[in-house]
Amino acid sequence: MIRHDLLKTLIPVISDQLVVCNIGAPSQELHALDDQPTNFYMLGTMGLASSIGFGLALAQNKPVISIDGDGSVLTNLATLSTIGNNPQDNYILLIVDNGSYGSTGDQPTYAGGKTSLAAVASACGCENVVEVSDEETPEALKAALASKKMTVIVSKCDSGNVQVPVIKTNPITIRDRFMDAVQS
Amino acid sequence: MAKDIDRRIIGDFVDNGVDFVTSVPCKQLAGVIEVLDQTPAIKHVPSNKEDEGMGLCAGAYLGGGRPAIFMQNTALGVVVNTLATLIQFYQIPLPMLISYRGEVGEPVACQVEMALHTKAILNQLHIPTYHFHRPEDVEELPGILNHAQMCSKPVAILTDATFWRTAT
Ligand SMILES: [Mg+2]
Repeated sequence: MIRHDLLKTLIPVISDQLVVCNIGAPSQELHALDDQPTNFYMLGTMGLASSIGFGLALAQNKPVISIDGDGSVLTNLATLSTIGNNPQDNYILLIVDNGSYGSTGDQPTYAGGKTSLAAVASACGCENVVEVSDEETPEALKAALASKKMTVIVSKCDSGNVQVPVIKTNPITIRDRFMDAVQS
Repeated sequence: MAKDIDRRIIGDFVDNGVDFVTSVPCKQLAGVIEVLDQTPAIKHVPSNKEDEGMGLCAGAYLGGGRPAIFMQNTALGVVVNTLATLIQFYQIPLPMLISYRGEVGEPVACQVEMALHTKAILNQLHIPTYHFHRPEDVEELPGILNHAQMCSKPVAILTDATFWRTAT
């Protein structure tokens, strides 16, 4: 299953949750599948979806799901140690690991090679780390939400994108409607 | 060992309503970081790199918090993209308390290299910039913190070696 199809299976689970979504294809696909005020789309700044979602989880009590990618996590790997050392039970990091830089032409990442992001997350001090297949991901995410324990999910899926439009929504609109959703 | 200046600076952040600070340490900021960790009104979560820290700050702001970052001027070489595409693009107010290494009194020659680029980078990014050189310059801090919130921009507070050496 490619990321778009994985996200599609997750919509019933994440539609009304606070989601911070990674730059490029992931945000564009989520936006096309199910645009919600509870989605914070990153329009730039590769690598920070994990950190932004974690900051949000630190600042308030609602559950937060960061949807990050393998390539993006690799570019900000050290944030896993910040997350591991300051556990927030309202935080879930979902790493869509398709072993490639999907937004830039599916060049391979090292996570598709010898590097295990699940092992890195565990080594960084994250306590509930699960690596699952694409088919298992919706159940894993439901279980993580129900557990009320900070969880890192590494979802192994196939490389590939679908054609969806770029997000034209003004960043301040994305920000304001998201902040209203956080407070509501 | 923290000094009165460190307590005053943290007090100004508390009075402004700042409730979240991330930091990457610098020798010149050791005192303020020490006081920060004794200040229950502010949650302090150290970060590994300043662009990561700005991600945490952006998230804290989205959650209704009031973040700030403490860092060294050398980090401006790390955060240009994050300032432009996250903090400025989404208009997130962000006071940056910056240790201005490489100014007069600096013992490490290499620090001068990024000092030469510090104000140029901040100017290029159109970031309101304030330079604390004399101890009394700290009197501007409450106004600067209000200004960041008023205009929803990152603002830079550069604190140099003379400031830290002469302030008590
Ligand atoms: Mg990928």
